[in-house]
Amino acid sequence: MNRIQEKLKEDRKLLSIYFSAGFPNLDDTEQIIVDLEKSGVDFIEIGLPFSDPLADGPTIQESSTKALRNGMTTQKLFDQLTDIRPKVEIPLIIMGYFNPMLQYGVEDFCKECAETGIDGLIIPDLPVDVYHEEYQELFEKYGLINIFLITPQTSEERIRFIDSISNGFIYMVSSASVTGSTSGFGNETTDYFRRIHKMDLRNPQIVGFGIKDQETFKAATQFAKGAIIGSAFIKHLDSEGTSEISNFIEPIKL
Amino acid sequence: MSYQVDAKGYYGDFGGAYIPEMLYPNVEELRSRYIEIMQEDSFQEEFHELLREYVGRPTPLYYAKRFSEHYGTKVYLKREDLCHTGAHKVNNTVGQILMAQKLGKRRIIAETGAGQHGVATATVCALMGMECIVYMGEVDIERQSPNVARMKMLGAKVVPAKSGSRTLKDATNEAIRDWINNPVDTHYIIGSVVGPHPYPDMVARFQSVISEEIKYQLMEKENTEDPDYVIACVGGGSNAAGAYYHYLDNPKVGIIAVEAAGKGIDTGESAATSALGKPGIIHGSKTLLMQTGDGQITEPYSISAGLDYPGVGPMHANLFTSKRGEFISITDEAAMKAGLELAKLEGIIPAIETSHALAVFENRKFKKDDIVVVNLSGRGDKDLNTYIEYFNL
Repeated sequence: MNRIQEKLKEDRKLLSIYFSAGFPNLDDTEQIIVDLEKSGVDFIEIGLPFSDPLADGPTIQESSTKALRNGMTTQKLFDQLTDIRPKVEIPLIIMGYFNPMLQYGVEDFCKECAETGIDGLIIPDLPVDVYHEEYQELFEKYGLINIFLITPQTSEERIRFIDSISNGFIYMVSSASVTGSTSGFGNETTDYFRRIHKMDLRNPQIVGFGIKDQETFKAATQFAKGAIIGSAFIKHLDSEGTSEISNFIEPIKL
Repeated sequence: MSYQVDAKGYYGDFGGAYIPEMLYPNVEELRSRYIEIMQEDSFQEEFHELLREYVGRPTPLYYAKRFSEHYGTKVYLKREDLCHTGAHKVNNTVGQILMAQKLGKRRIIAETGAGQHGVATATVCALMGMECIVYMGEVDIERQSPNVARMKMLGAKVVPAKSGSRTLKDATNEAIRDWINNPVDTHYIIGSVVGPHPYPDMVARFQSVISEEIKYQLMEKENTEDPDYVIACVGGGSNAAGAYYHYLDNPKVGIIAVEAAGKGIDTGESAATSALGKPGIIHGSKTLLMQTGDGQITEPYSISAGLDYPGVGPMHANLFTSKRGEFISITDEAAMKAGLELAKLEGIIPAIETSHALAVFENRKFKKDDIVVVNLSGRGDKDLNTYIEYFNL
């Protein structure tokens, strides 16, 4: 069983953290992963930087640009991750845009992921139908779980379809927005969380976009299995560096 | 085999809709309805009335006598430069603003590079009394200040794109992000035959009025609908798509696409996507684009801001790889020279984008009785400063 699936069986709310690989410094990747696991995080989403991240707000755009300027590449990331297992047991997910994976070669990319111990992928601009028709078999061959997004505007029929081809969790985007742009959840968002909860999907849902502290984590996980923090963590790395990671994580998990 | 879009939104291997889930409802709504809406009688009537009364169509198909004599062939210029706002861009914005109204949208967003599409969008928004937000790279705002002023006069809000290289590519990213953040009431008027399906096809259909007119105008003048060649410049490729549209599947008509070589294809300062690009994904479309080996999108360069795009529409990517189209790249220098030459020979100052198409005649020889149509996509008023600086006028 994949580490993501194992983790999802635990009977508590799960915290996932996103960071851009190669930020703040090119070679911080391993240290950040080790410290995040030590701090009690449940999943790590390693951002593969892209020049044109359409679904991301300013914070992740900037960290992504900085990482590229630092010299991060797809191959560099795999090199950094070569010895990550068995240093950590935590499920590792690569989140990135599709073009760098296409240029690397999708099968080669999947193979490298499997060999370095990556458990899953989140590719915001690889649509569900294209994945289903062209890539699902390949991802499954290498034991990779592909994670899809749903939003408040996603139709019930489409959510059912996404649920039917998902094998881990569903990434529930909290509101119509790019990353890092909301502050707190209104009634409309809570209604949406409740609506999805009532659909009783096969795959648990992890909420992302707009979560930044304990309060928003609690609100997001009232109905969902867990929540993802990205931009707020990157801001923390930017101001505090990599030495104080537990100071950011521990208050959220209280 | 057809060179038109297929049922799944592809031109050969290119096209599709590689979009984040957040955009899916909007793009899907458009995809499922655009053809049906465009075919409604009321839509067609309104669209053609606006093209006639407001844009000033049909534009002339002008026989360029002195230019023809100079190059020893028969050259017709399709005068899109005479459209309201000075270029073909307005054909598309008129169509899309009507589409937005049919879809019940109230807020319009657009991206712009040199500002031509931004002006064309701001114009139709003023015409229809709709809110208009135009994203423009910070760098472009500085170099194209007259167009920024025009958009402001027309009531649009110009928002600087401050990410990345702060040019057209980044303005497009910002417009897409705006659409993600405003999924219900907003329509995104893309300015070229780029972006996720159905945009390349929808924009091509709105621009296809160009070749529709060429066909009957040429019939009147030459007793044939079919020229031997149609030449157009290609940045994203909307004027070219419109000029080729009704000839795509007619093998008697040669298609010539002209890209900007910038300072030269091998100089690292170029926008010749067919020569320098590889298949990849940009702005939701699988197409040819300029990128690093690692899949990061690179910055193009051309003296012409309208050709300064790192990708090319999927229709054109397919015309290139299938060899249906002949692709030629023209340097800044050759284009500037050709622009000046047309001014002297015909009394027409072309946009620098268009000058690239005109520069083809210097090296590409045509037969004496060939009928060659050049799509004169825009006028040169907006480029006066560049012409002044370049030639010390």
